[in-house]
Amino acid sequence: MRHVISVLVENEAGVLSRVAGLFAARGFNIESLTVAPAGDEQTSRITLVSEGDDEIIEQIIKQLNKLIPVIHVVDLTEGAHVERELMLVKVTAEKEVRAEVLRIADIFRSRVVDATPNSFMIEVTGDATKLDACLELLKPLGVIELVRTGQVALSRGNRGMIKN
Amino acid sequence: MELTGAEIIVRSLLDLGVRHVFGYPGGSVLHIYDAIFKTPEIQHILCRHEQGAVHAADGYARVTGEVGVALVTSGPGATNALTGLATANMDSIPLVCLTGQVPVDLIGNDAFQEADTVGITRSCTKHNFLVRHVADLARVLREAFHIARTGRPGPVVVDLPKDVTAARCDYVHTDGEVKIRSYNPTVIGNSRQVKKAVAMLLESSRPMIYTGGGVILANAAPELTRFTRLLGAPITNTLMGLGGFPATDPQFVGMLGMHGTYEANMAVSHCDLLVAIGARFDDRVTGKISQFAPSAKIIHVDIDPTSISKNVKVHLPIVGDVKNVLGQMNALLEAQGARDHQPDLKPWWDQIQSWRDKHCLNYTQKQDWIQPQFVIETLNRLTRSEAIVATDVGQHQMWAAQFYPFDRPRYWLTSGGLGTMGYGLPAAMGAKVARPDETVLLITGDGSIQMNIQELATCRQFHIPVKIAILNNNYLGMVRQWQEIFYEGRYSHSHMAFGPDFVKLAEAYGAVGLRATRPEEVEPVIKKALEIDNTVVMDFRVAEESNVYPMVPAGKALNEMILL
Repeated sequence: MRHVISVLVENEAGVLSRVAGLFAARGFNIESLTVAPAGDEQTSRITLVSEGDDEIIEQIIKQLNKLIPVIHVVDLTEGAHVERELMLVKVTAEKEVRAEVLRIADIFRSRVVDATPNSFMIEVTGDATKLDACLELLKPLGVIELVRTGQVALSRGNRGMIKN
Repeated sequence: MELTGAEIIVRSLLDLGVRHVFGYPGGSVLHIYDAIFKTPEIQHILCRHEQGAVHAADGYARVTGEVGVALVTSGPGATNALTGLATANMDSIPLVCLTGQVPVDLIGNDAFQEADTVGITRSCTKHNFLVRHVADLARVLREAFHIARTGRPGPVVVDLPKDVTAARCDYVHTDGEVKIRSYNPTVIGNSRQVKKAVAMLLESSRPMIYTGGGVILANAAPELTRFTRLLGAPITNTLMGLGGFPATDPQFVGMLGMHGTYEANMAVSHCDLLVAIGARFDDRVTGKISQFAPSAKIIHVDIDPTSISKNVKVHLPIVGDVKNVLGQMNALLEAQGARDHQPDLKPWWDQIQSWRDKHCLNYTQKQDWIQPQFVIETLNRLTRSEAIVATDVGQHQMWAAQFYPFDRPRYWLTSGGLGTMGYGLPAAMGAKVARPDETVLLITGDGSIQMNIQELATCRQFHIPVKIAILNNNYLGMVRQWQEIFYEGRYSHSHMAFGPDFVKLAEAYGAVGLRATRPEEVEPVIKKALEIDNTVVMDFRVAEESNVYPMVPAGKALNEMILL
């Protein structure tokens, strides 16, 4: 099963390589990984998406917790949560196809963020399945290149990851 | 008080209670060595290789329970230390290794003797630090010691750029607890889980206790002994756990695993409740995992949550310091009067006796050749089972574990997890520095001893008289044994047809060399060695093709042992 794991870490040099190194050394797979400061100076938040049976996921969470600079680990998949990913995609768009690209963009409530006479860049936000669906429709029109951020996620409700 | 970084390091070490440092100087640690020169309270042991320095600190830590300290230079100093760090990491030994580093503004420039020490030690340490500012130095050192010795212990590297050791900063002596918000090991067992465990213990008619190095590390031997007595159950130790329970006690059934006793392995295979304490279900212990303790419920007590349900799914996990958890269980067992509520264990003990009657460790000492087991039995007899024993890795290690009984913790030093040949001599050295009044024996092989034999010079220079017994069979014996059993006797490169004359070699290093080639020479050689106040190398020319038995072939179940 696919799990979205949120990891709160000390914002210090080398944390990301400790996390990535752990996954490499123990043969755990990473589908996506995002990391950025968590709003204060001291902490960063890593969102990891990994695939594995319950025992593997349990090990991943325990092993992450064992890393010294890791403050807290939560498997968001255990409860209600919101997932978001952002994709920038550059599509060929000439003449009569231009309207079609804009229609697809509209269906997915995405925005055109750059345009040339023969291309558009579209910004799409949503969960991974929405991005996949959008991409499926754009591909036949000619995708030049694309980039995705990987999932970020938060649990629903009024509680934070750690009680303050 | 304003001090240089180097002075802060030395002051911090003193304030942390360090009196011995094992090290090797070099360019980037010269400031630190200069500060050590001016600090007679710290005894520095100059080893002959950085690997030796780290193993020596490891041996020191194993016998004392304190944090061992090694000091090495940057680049090759740090890379040479790696095997020592990985060894300590696998066996959860508390160490702090200070490594020199090139100045901060040269880091990443491929400077002379630069290595990415923090990068390459990340996966073989519990944690590591690179100190970029002298103001952080004292705090980082305190954190390093705290991390090394608490929770599941382990080695910590502190990487020290040369300019940081020269910069000046105020040093304030600080006492009290180190607080790291992201690091809070669970030390007390969950009381509901403990209660459940005790209920399971009192229901079992075939209980079995299986304990590992965690008992030694937690200084929990008294609690374990009490627990085992209260329960009346048989107990087995892993290689790392030897000495956690008195080996001469009738409740002890010997070591388990690949070269464990028949009775220990059969008992584990037939028990209905397995209580694992400070052990981690290593593959050398479990054999074929799907057939390990097949009819047992498993209780697992460990301070490291990652050890629980990693290899074997357990029924009742208890995370905590094993000393505390055993104390908690003992209190409940005492309150409830354990023995009155238990099923009769006599049929279980009768069954164990029938396995014991196989005498699985039997061997025959003939007239002509010295059997290696006979050497260890004689060593044991002449040291009255009271020596600190270090080993290297291979056949001699298994024979030592089988034939030298340990009644006390912290008398047995062996590289169990990583299996590091070359561990023994420096580890024995470190142990002797910590315990100068104890007899320290190294049981080794002709292959292993050559991997760190240069430390004989250290023994001589600092008068560290360890007694070295080489079981010399001209083979990498364990490799040869596997080749004999699993590769139809094709001894591919396990034959060391040429070896040095160990007697002359000992003499060249200022030690004493003795040799025994016949069984009747074994006892006089050992007696003489024990009387000499110097390092002694005993070269025992033993039977070349002796095998370690009993044996569970790799991938087989524990009840599929090969007996002699």
